Amino acid sequence: MRKIPVADLPKLYAEIATERQLWLPREDDNRVEFGLWSDDANVSLTGKTAKSGKDFFFPQTEDIVRFRMNGKEIDINPAPTAEAPFVVFGMRACDAAGMDVLDKVFLVDPKDSFYAARRTVGTVVTLACGAPEDSCFCQSFGIDSSSPGGDVATWIVGDTLYWEPLTEKGEALTTAVGAVLQDAGPDGDAAVGQVKADAAKAWDAAPFAGLKAPVVPLEQTDDIFGLDVWNRLSEACLGCGTCTFVCPTCQCYDIQDRDDGAAGVRRFRCWDSCMYSDFTLMAHGNPRTTQLQRFRQRFMHKLVYFPQNNDGMYSCVGCGRCVEKCPSALNIVRVMKAMETKA
Amino acid sequence: MSCSCDTIRDTLIPTLGIVTDIKQQTPDVKTFRVTLPGGEGVCFSHSPGQCAMLSVPGVGEAMFSITSSPTNTNYMEFSIKKCGRLTDWLHDMEVGQQLTIRGPYGNSFPVDTELKGKDLVFVAGGIGLAPLRSVINYVRYHRSNYGTVDIVYGSRSSADLVYLDEIKGEWDGKDDVKVHLTVDREEESWKGHVGFVPNYVKELAFPPTKTVLVCGPPIMIKFVLAALREMGFADTQVYTTMELRMKCGVGKCGRCNIGSKYVCRDGPVFRFDQLDALPEEY
Repeated sequence: MRKIPVADLPKLYAEIATERQLWLPREDDNRVEFGLWSDDANVSLTGKTAKSGKDFFFPQTEDIVRFRMNGKEIDINPAPTAEAPFVVFGMRACDAAGMDVLDKVFLVDPKDSFYAARRTVGTVVTLACGAPEDSCFCQSFGIDSSSPGGDVATWIVGDTLYWEPLTEKGEALTTAVGAVLQDAGPDGDAAVGQVKADAAKAWDAAPFAGLKAPVVPLEQTDDIFGLDVWNRLSEACLGCGTCTFVCPTCQCYDIQDRDDGAAGVRRFRCWDSCMYSDFTLMAHGNPRTTQLQRFRQRFMHKLVYFPQNNDGMYSCVGCGRCVEKCPSALNIVRVMKAMETKA
Repeated sequence: MSCSCDTIRDTLIPTLGIVTDIKQQTPDVKTFRVTLPGGEGVCFSHSPGQCAMLSVPGVGEAMFSITSSPTNTNYMEFSIKKCGRLTDWLHDMEVGQQLTIRGPYGNSFPVDTELKGKDLVFVAGGIGLAPLRSVINYVRYHRSNYGTVDIVYGSRSSADLVYLDEIKGEWDGKDDVKVHLTVDREEESWKGHVGFVPNYVKELAFPPTKTVLVCGPPIMIKFVLAALREMGFADTQVYTTMELRMKCGVGKCGRCNIGSKYVCRDGPVFRFDQLDALPEEY
C-alpha cells in the first residue's frame, strides 16, 4: 500500500493528468459531478457525485457507424473505438460494483467493442466510503462501502490518502505516478481498519439498515410478477425515466440514425429507458401499454431477472440516486420492502 | 466497401447486401431477395428460424425473420409486410439497391435434433408463414429425416395468402407434404376451406403424437395452443417463434426482455413449456 498527504493531492492529480485525461468529482454551482481536472478545479471528495461515472464507459450517446449514400450504393464506415487513456478518480464502492454489472452485459459474447475499448483504456480509482448518506443501501447487495473495487482503491483517513492497486491496470497507474506516492508501511492496514470501523458504525444507524435484497427463484417469478402491490407502487410513476438515467447499472439503449446531409448518415446509440411508453412500441402494437407494466419490468429486471441470469448478481448497487431524484418519491427501496413482505 | 476497423467488427456494424429480386406476394407483402453486393451468395449462413437486422440508413433498422432455407446458398429472402416507417421504405425499393444487413440472430427451430424423425404440423396465419417457410423448405430438402408433414395455413382472404405459387407448385402433394389452406370469410372465387385457423386445426383432428410449429398473429397462436391442448397435445410438442421490438439483436439493449429471457438471444423460437415458465404479460 502507498500513501500521499491529502494536501499533496493536487500533485497526484497533475501526475495522473500528464499522460491521460483525469476525471474527478468537481463541485460547480453546488452540484458535485465528475469533471475534467484542471489546476483551478474545486475537487470535492465528500459525498457522492450526481451521476455514477457510468458515462465514461457507456456514454449517453456514441457513434457506431457512418453511412454515405451514393445512388443505389452505400458506403459503411464503422466509428473508431476509444484509444485515449483516461482515469476516473473517486468512484465509490457502489459505482464500481455498477461497472461489474455493466461488464456482465457488455463483455459477454458477443462483446460490445465500444464499451470494451473504454474499459481497456480507462482506469477506475475508487474512494472508500465510511459515512453512508441517508439514501444509501449498497449494504443490502453485499457491497462493502469501505472496501471498494475498481483498479485502484483509496482510503482517506485524517490528512492522508492511502492507495492500493487491485488490478494490473491499477499497478501500471501506480508505477506511472510512483514519484508522488510514498510507501504506507504498517499505517495502511490501520487506516483501512479505521474506515471499516467508521462504516460499520454508520451503517448500523443508516435509515435503510437491514433492508434485504429479495431472493426469487425461477419458479417463484410468477408470484412476484403477479403481486397486487405493483398497482399501488407504480400509481404515481410519471414515466419520466429519471431513475434510469441516474442509475449506475441501467444499460438499455436505443439506436438511431441522423441524416447529416453531405456528411452522410450517422448511426448512434443513446441511453433509453424502459420507463418510456415507446420503448417496446412496434408497428403492429405495444406489448406494454401501461405504466404499471413498465414500472414492474424495471424492478423485476433489476431484482429478479438479472440475478436469475447472473448467479445472483443484482442489477442494483444501492447507490440511492433514484431514491433522491424521483419526482414522485417512488423508489426501489419501496419495491424491495414490498417484495420482502410478500415473497 | 470500406472498413476502417482493424480488430473484431462489432456486431452492431452491418454489412452490405443488394436487392436482386422483389416479388409482390399480397397487396401489402413483398418478398425481397438479398445477396452479397456482387449479386450472388448469402451475406452469412443461418439456421431455420433465425433472424437478421435489415436497414435503410437514415430510415431505420429492424429485425426480420429469414424466410429462405439455409439449404439455399445463393440468396436470402425476407417477406415483409408494409406496416411502418422502415417497411414503407423497403416496399419502395428497386432491384439493384443496396441495404445493410447484420446477423444471424437468435436460436432456431431444432431441425437437426428434437424435430428429427417427428411427424410435423406447421400452423401459420398470414405473414406468420414467413419464418416457418425456412423450416418447411429445410424439411423438404432433408425429407427422409422427418415423418409426415402437414401445413395448415390461413389468412384474412385468399389475396392475403403468401407464397401461393410455391405452395401449390412445389409443396402440396409433393414428397408426401399435405397443405390445408383456409380463409377467414367466404369468397366467391374461393373453393377451399373457410374458417379461422384454430378451428380448422381442430377439424383436421391431428393425433396428439405429432409435433407442431405455429406462427401467426398473437391471438391466433393463443387459440391454436388452446385447440391443441384440447386435442391432447402437450406443451412440449408445440413450438412457436416470437416477436418483440429489438435494437441490438444480442441481448444488451434491453427491449425484448421477457422474464429472464431475451427474445433476440434466447429466442425467437420457444417451446411452449419454456414459455409457461415466463410471466404471462411482458
